[in-house]
Amino acid sequence: MVKHEQESTNRPDNTAFTQQRLPAWQPMLSAGIVIPGFLIIGAAFIGIGVALFVTSQSIQVLEIDYTGDDKTAPCYKCIAPNQKNCQCQISFSLNSTFKGPVFFYYALSNFFQNHRRYGVSKDDNQLFGDTSYFTSPSSSCSPYQYDSSNKPIVPCGSVANSMFSDTFQLYQVVNGTNKLVPWDGQGIAWWTDYSIKYRNPSVTPLQNAFNNTVKPINWTKPAYELDPTDSSNNGFINQDFLVWMRRAALPNFRKLYRRITQGDYAQGLPAGNYLLNINYSYPVVDFGGRKKVVLSNVSWMGGKNDFLGIAYLVIGSLCVVMSVVMLIVYAKFKFPDEE
Amino acid sequence: MAFWRRNTHVEKERRVKANARDHNDRFAYADNHIKTSKYNILTFLPINLFEQFQRVANAYFLVLLILQLIPEISSLSWFTTIVPLVLVLVITAVKDATDDYFRHKSDQQVNNRQSQVLIRGSLQNEKWMNIRVGDIIKLENNQFVAADILLLSSSEPYGLCYIETAELDGETNLKVRQASTVTSDLGDLSKLMDFDGEVMLVTLRNASRGFLSFSVFMLVKVCGLASAVNLHLFMPCPSGEVICEPPNNKLDKFTGTLYWRDNKYPLDNEKVLLRGCVLRNTEWCFGMVIFAGLQTKLMQNCGRTKFKRTSIDKLMNTLVLWIFALLVCMGVILAIGNTVWENLIGQSFQDFLPWNVYQRNAVFSGFLTFWSYVIILNTVVPISLYVSMEVLRLGHSYFINWDGKMYHRRTDTAAEARTTTLSEELGQVEFVFSDKTGTLTQNIMVFSKCSINGQTYGDVYDEFDQKVEITEKTPCVDFSFNPLCDRKFKFYDVSLMEAIKLEDPVVQEFFRLLALCHTVMPEEKSEGHLVYQAQSPDEGALVTAARNFGFVFRSRTPETITLCEMGRSVTYRLLAILDFNNVRKRMSVIVRDPQGHIKLYSKGADTIIFDRLDPSDEDLMYTTSEHLSEFAGEGLRTLALAYKDLDEDYFEVWMKKLLFASTVIENREDQLAVLYEEIEQGLKLLGATAIEDKLQEGVPETIARLNLADIKIWVLTGDKLETAMNIGYSCNLLRDDMNEVFVISGYTVLEVQQQLRNAKERILGLSRVTSAAGDVGKTDVLADDSVFEETLIAEYALVINGHSLAHALEPQLERTLLDLACLCKTVICCRVTPMQKAQVVELVKSHKRAITLAIGDGANDVSMIRTAHIGVGISGQEGMQAVLASDYSFAQFRFLQRLLLVHGRWSYFRMCNFLCYFIYKNFAFTLVHFWYGFFCGFSAQTVYDQWFITLFNIVYTSLPVLAMGLFDQDVDDQYSLRYPSLYKPGQQNLLFNKRQFFLYTLQGMGTSFLLFFIPYGAFSLLVKEDGSHFSDQQTFAVTIATSLVIVVSVQIGLDTHYWTAVNHLFVWGSLAAYFAILFAMQSDGLFYIFPRHFPFVGTARNCLSEKSVWLIILLTAVVCVVPGVAVSFLRIDLFPTLTDKVRHLQQSRKKQGPQAQNLRRVRRTSSRRSAYAFSHQQGYGELITSGKNMRTSTVSPAHSPDGTPHGSSWMDNMLKRRNEVSCVSEEKSIRAPESANRHTQPPQLDVESV
Repeated sequence: MVKHEQESTNRPDNTAFTQQRLPAWQPMLSAGIVIPGFLIIGAAFIGIGVALFVTSQSIQVLEIDYTGDDKTAPCYKCIAPNQKNCQCQISFSLNSTFKGPVFFYYALSNFFQNHRRYGVSKDDNQLFGDTSYFTSPSSSCSPYQYDSSNKPIVPCGSVANSMFSDTFQLYQVVNGTNKLVPWDGQGIAWWTDYSIKYRNPSVTPLQNAFNNTVKPINWTKPAYELDPTDSSNNGFINQDFLVWMRRAALPNFRKLYRRITQGDYAQGLPAGNYLLNINYSYPVVDFGGRKKVVLSNVSWMGGKNDFLGIAYLVIGSLCVVMSVVMLIVYAKFKFPDEE
Repeated sequence: MAFWRRNTHVEKERRVKANARDHNDRFAYADNHIKTSKYNILTFLPINLFEQFQRVANAYFLVLLILQLIPEISSLSWFTTIVPLVLVLVITAVKDATDDYFRHKSDQQVNNRQSQVLIRGSLQNEKWMNIRVGDIIKLENNQFVAADILLLSSSEPYGLCYIETAELDGETNLKVRQASTVTSDLGDLSKLMDFDGEVMLVTLRNASRGFLSFSVFMLVKVCGLASAVNLHLFMPCPSGEVICEPPNNKLDKFTGTLYWRDNKYPLDNEKVLLRGCVLRNTEWCFGMVIFAGLQTKLMQNCGRTKFKRTSIDKLMNTLVLWIFALLVCMGVILAIGNTVWENLIGQSFQDFLPWNVYQRNAVFSGFLTFWSYVIILNTVVPISLYVSMEVLRLGHSYFINWDGKMYHRRTDTAAEARTTTLSEELGQVEFVFSDKTGTLTQNIMVFSKCSINGQTYGDVYDEFDQKVEITEKTPCVDFSFNPLCDRKFKFYDVSLMEAIKLEDPVVQEFFRLLALCHTVMPEEKSEGHLVYQAQSPDEGALVTAARNFGFVFRSRTPETITLCEMGRSVTYRLLAILDFNNVRKRMSVIVRDPQGHIKLYSKGADTIIFDRLDPSDEDLMYTTSEHLSEFAGEGLRTLALAYKDLDEDYFEVWMKKLLFASTVIENREDQLAVLYEEIEQGLKLLGATAIEDKLQEGVPETIARLNLADIKIWVLTGDKLETAMNIGYSCNLLRDDMNEVFVISGYTVLEVQQQLRNAKERILGLSRVTSAAGDVGKTDVLADDSVFEETLIAEYALVINGHSLAHALEPQLERTLLDLACLCKTVICCRVTPMQKAQVVELVKSHKRAITLAIGDGANDVSMIRTAHIGVGISGQEGMQAVLASDYSFAQFRFLQRLLLVHGRWSYFRMCNFLCYFIYKNFAFTLVHFWYGFFCGFSAQTVYDQWFITLFNIVYTSLPVLAMGLFDQDVDDQYSLRYPSLYKPGQQNLLFNKRQFFLYTLQGMGTSFLLFFIPYGAFSLLVKEDGSHFSDQQTFAVTIATSLVIVVSVQIGLDTHYWTAVNHLFVWGSLAAYFAILFAMQSDGLFYIFPRHFPFVGTARNCLSEKSVWLIILLTAVVCVVPGVAVSFLRIDLFPTLTDKVRHLQQSRKKQGPQAQNLRRVRRTSSRRSAYAFSHQQGYGELITSGKNMRTSTVSPAHSPDGTPHGSSWMDNMLKRRNEVSCVSEEKSIRAPESANRHTQPPQLDVESV
C-alpha cells in the first residue's frame, strides 16, 4: 500500500560511475602501435648503446693486482701474518697519456661487505655523534661492542673494525727519480654522508669525546687521529672512513682512494714509468680475497662500463628483430576482421 | 544463540502458566532480552583478535612477527610485518566494530521498547527485555509484537486481530489472527484476572497437570469423545496454562493446548502472534507470552547463513600452499647455500666477520638462515591479497546494486547483491536451475477459455468459421451492463455472454461456483469499486471472470458469502471450506443457499475431480476431457469444476466428525483429509476453466542468450509433465528442431534405469554416426572435441517427472541420470518437490566440477537456492522467502543475463587479472632477495630498504591494481551481451588456473631475475660522474626498487584495458607517491629524529641524480616489459580469442562513430505466450497448509449490494458492522482469506527438518 508513494526511490543513480560507463581510454596492442613501437625502442636503444659503448671504450683503466699471493709478486713478502709496516713497490708504465682527471681506486674481491651480519654491525646513533652511545654502543656491534677489558669500542662494530688500512703513494719515475704524484682525498665520500649521516660529537677537542673508549681492535690509530694532516678530516667524518662505511653491494667492489687533479697531473698522467708504493697491512689472502688498485678516468656516464653499452645494443637489436618478426607474422596472419 | 541453547536442557514441551512468574521461572525459559551483538567494549579486542587470528593468513603473519623478534633470525625489522598486519587487522576490526555497533544499537532499541504488562491486576509499562514467558501483555495498534504470544482477546469481534508480517516474511499484506473463542471475551482487566495464574494454588495445579497428560493421551489414542462438549463446560477454576511445542523455527506451525477451567482447547498458528509482526487495524489486544527473546520463532529463524566460498577462493588456498612450499624450497636452498658458504668462505672471513655465539657451526647457521629467509621471502604471500580480494568483491557487489539496467521500474526494485563474497563466481556459472512460476512466468493469470456443460467458450471465429488469432484489435465483450465489472478484464468470445443472458442454469451454476468456491478476500474501497485480494493469481482470475459475467463476489463474513448475482444480492451461509492442498489438488466449499439447500462446490485438478464424479456424468466427462486436452495443448492451465447437493442429515453428522477431528492435536491433518475425502464424492461436473499463465518479459531471449553462453538451464518445476514441456517450448528451451526429447516417466527403479540407459545409448550411438559424417565439415570451425560435443548437446533434451526423479536420484542411478542430463542441452524436471530441487542441485554440484546457480522466487525454491553455489531470488510477488535466502536478488528473470554475462563476466575477468598481476608483482618483488642471496653469502640480507618492503604492497602498488580490479572492462556491457560466447572462458576456468599461476609465477621470477641481474651487471663497475664510488648497497637498493616500481606500474598499465580517470590517478599517483615517499624517507629531517631507522638518508638524491642509474632503470624496465608485450601481441595475432576479436570489433566500431548503434541486433520480442496445461494452483506452499482448517475469517459487511454507501475499506466496514453480526457459530471451520497466504507457511522449513 505504501509502495505507490515511494515511487522509484530504489532506482540506482544514473551516473557514469555507478553504471560503469566512465569515459575511458581503451588501448589495444594493435600492430600499428606495437611494431613501430618496437622499432623506435630498438633504434633508440641501439643509439644509446652505441653512445655508451663508444664512451666506455674511450675510458682508460689500469688495474694492478697487488695481493701478492704469487711468490714472484712484489708484495709476497707482506702476506705473512704479523708483519708490521711492510711496504712493497709495484712499477708500471703508461704507453700513452692517461687523460685526467684520473681517479685512484682500491678494489677488493670476495669481500662480503654486503653480508647481513656485517651490515648491521655498527651503531648509527654513535656514528651520528651521540656521545651517550659512546659509552654503551649498540649490541648490534657485537662482538666489537666492548674490547677484552670491557671498554666500549668507538666506532664499534665489524664494519668500522674492518676498515681498509693499506695506504698508497704513486710516483712517476722521471729520469730515475721518483716524483710523487700529488692527489687529493677531499670529497671522495658523499656529501650527505659527511654532512648529515655521520657527525662528530660537538666536543672540542674531539679527542675528549673519546675518553674511556678504545679504538677498534684492528685499527692502528684512534678515530680522531685518522688524518694527521687535516684536523677536519678526523673522527667519523674522515673521508676514507666514510668511503669504507658505505658498504658495497657486491662482494667485488672498488672504492675511491684519491683523485689526481692537481699540479702537473691535472690533465692526466703522462706516458712513462710509474712506481706504486704500498703500505701493506690489510689481510685478504685468508679468505681468498684479492686486492687491486685501479687508475681510471671518467666520462659523462661515469666510469668504464661495457655492460650497459652492450646490453643496450643487444636489447635494441632484439627489439628491431622482434619488430621484423612481428611484421612478418602480422602480414601473414592478419588479424581476422570478420564479425 | 548456540551458547544459550547448550545451557538449557532439551525442552520436550513447553508449559506456561499465565502470569505466574515464579512457576514459569522454574523452567528457565529464555527471557525477552535480545542479543545479536557479538562483543561489548571489554570483550571486543580479545574476541575480535581471536577471531581474526583464526584466519590462516593472519596467524601466519603473527608467526612471522614472532620470528622477527628473534634477533638471530630477524632479517627484517619488525615493522615490515607489523605495519601491514596492523593495517589489515584494524580495517577488519573497524568493519566488525561498526557492524556490531549497529547490532548493539538495534538490540538496545528493541530491548528498550515499551510494552504494557499485566502485573497484579494493573497494566504497567515494562521494557521489552523484562518481559518473561507467561506474562500477559497488552498490544496497541501499530505496535510491534514483543514476543511470540498467544492471542487472548482483542478489541475486534471474535477476538480477531490483524497483523503485518513484513519482518518475518517480507509480506506487507495483512493477515488475520483469531483468539480462541474461550478467551476472546477476556477483554478487560477484571476478566483477565481470571486467567491470571497468580492466585493459583499449587495443589490445584499439580492435580490438573496429572489430569491433562492423561487426557492428551486419551485424545490421541481414542480420538473419541466430544471435545466440543467440553467447550461448554465452564468450570470456575482460575488458571490458564498452555502446553505446547518447544521453541522451533517453523513460522507456520504451532501446536499446543490451552488448559483453563479444567478444559482444554486446541491452539494452532492462527491464535499466535509472532515477534516481529506489527499489529494493524486493531485497537488493542491481549496476549500471553509463550516464547520470548531468543526462543521466538523470529530469532530462531535468524540462523547463521552458510558461508559460501568461491572456487577461486579454494584455488587460491591451494596455490597459497604451493607458494608456501616454494617458499620453504627456496629457504632450504638458501640455507644449504649458507652452510656451504660459511664452510668455504665465512669461516676464513672471520677476521672481519667473526661468527657469533649462535653460529659456532655452519649447519646451525644454515638453520637460522632458513628462518631468516622465510621472513624475507614471506611477501610472496602478501597479506594484502585477501583484503584486496574482499575489497574487489565488495566493489563488484556495489556495481550490481547500482546497475540501472537491472532496476525494475514497475516494482521499484533494484538488483541487490546480498552476499559480497561471490561476485567472480558469477562469471563461471555452467548450470542454471530455474523455478518456473514467478521466475519464468509472471504468475499473472488470465481467464481465457472455459468449457461449460460440454460447450467451449473463448475462441473467436470469423464469418467463415475460421478461428481468429486474438490480437490487440480484436473486439472485447462488452461488460457495461454490469456496474461492478473489472475494466481490465478482457474476454473475446461473445457467445458466453449470450449464454449468461439466456440464463442457462448450468452456465449460472458454473459462475456461481467460481464466485463462491475460493479464498479470495474482497475489499470494497468505495461503492462498486471492488478489489480482490487473492492468495493465488489463478483464484483471482477466476473470481474476476465470474464477477464480470455477472456473479460478483461482493463480501464475506466468517459465515456468509454475499454475491451479486445478475444484479440481485444473494447471501450464502458458508458452512465449511475444504481447503486446497497439493495432495488433494482440489478445494471445496459447503454453502447453504437462501432457499436452504446445502451445496458443495468443488474445483480442482481434472483427474482428481473426474475420479470423484457421479457415474451418470460420464458422457459430459469425456467431452470436457477432450476440451481439457485441447486447452492443455494451447498451454493453458485448467481446472475442472463440479458441485453436489448435500443432504441435511448427512451433512450434520459429517460436520460433527469434522469438529472433533479439528481439535485433535496429533494427526489432525490426516483425519481431516479422510473426512474431506468422504464428502467429496459423487460430484456433478459443471465444466472446466482454462487460464493463461503469462511469461515474464524477455524470458525466451534470456534463455537463448544463456544457451549461447553454454550455460545449461534446467527447469525444476512443480508442474505436470505435459505442462512442463509446454513451458520448455515457449521459453526456447525446447525447440522443434531438436533431434529428440527424451521423456523419462517410469514408476519403478528398473523402468527408470532402463529408460535412462536407452536414452543415453541413443545419444551416444547417434553421435558416433554423426561424428563420422560430420568430421569433415566441422573441423574448420574448431577442431575441438569438446566443441563437437557441445554441438551434439544442442540436439537433445531430457524431461523427467517427479516419481522418476525420485528413483533416479537414488545412489545407484544418479550417475546415469547426470551423465544423460549432461549430454542434453535442456533438462526439465517436473513435479519436483522443494527437497528434490535441492537434491538435483546437489547432484550436479557434487559430481560435476561446475558452478551452479539456482534462481527462484518462492518459498519452495529456498532449499535449492541455499544449496546451489549461487542463489538468486526474484523479488517479485511471492514474498521474500527466496530473496532472504538468496545471494543475489532482482525483479526479473531477464536480469539474469546481465548479472551473469556482464557483471559475472567482468567480475571474473577482473578478479583473475587482479590475481595474476598480484602474483606476478609479488614474485617480481620478492625473488630479488633470492638472487641476491647468492652474492651476499646467503646471509638473508635484503635488497631493499626495509621501509620499501613495508610499503610496497600496501602503498606503492595497491591502488592501481585495485582500480584495475574494480573498473577494468575488456569488452563493454553491450558487446558482452551481444556475444554470449565471451562468457565461456569463465566456465572453463581459463583466466585463472594452475597453468596461469605458473605462467605468472614464471613471469614474476623472470622479472625478478632481470631486476636483479641487470643492475648487478651494471653495478659491478659503476662510478659516479665525479669518480666517486657508487656501487654501494643502498644505491643498489634504490635502483632496483625504483626499477621494480616502474616495471610493475608499466605492467599494470599494459594489463589495464580500460583506463578511467581513476586508473590514471592511481597509477600516476602511485608512482608519484613512490618518489615522494622515497625522498621523504631518505630526507635529513626524518633521519635527525630516528637515525637508526632511516639509514638510507641521502641515497635517493645521490643515486637518482645520476644518468647511469636512469640508464639502468630504463634498460631494466624495457627488458622486463617488452617480452610480455611481444608475446601477447603475437598471441593475439596468431591465436586470437573471441575476446580479442570482439575487442577489435568494438574498437573499430567506435572509430566509425555513431552508426555502431544501428548495428545492434534488434531484440526479438516474443509474441508467444506461455503454455501451461495444469492448474497447479497453489504451488507447494499449500503442502504445509493442508489441514489448517481451523481458520478464522474477517468479518465483512453483510450488507446488501445496493445498500447505503459506506466506508472505504473492508476493515472499516467490519469495525462498523461488528454489532450487526448476529451470532458467532462455534468452532466454525472457516478459512481466513488472507491468512492462508502460503508465505506464512514456508515449506523449506519442513524440508530442512527432514
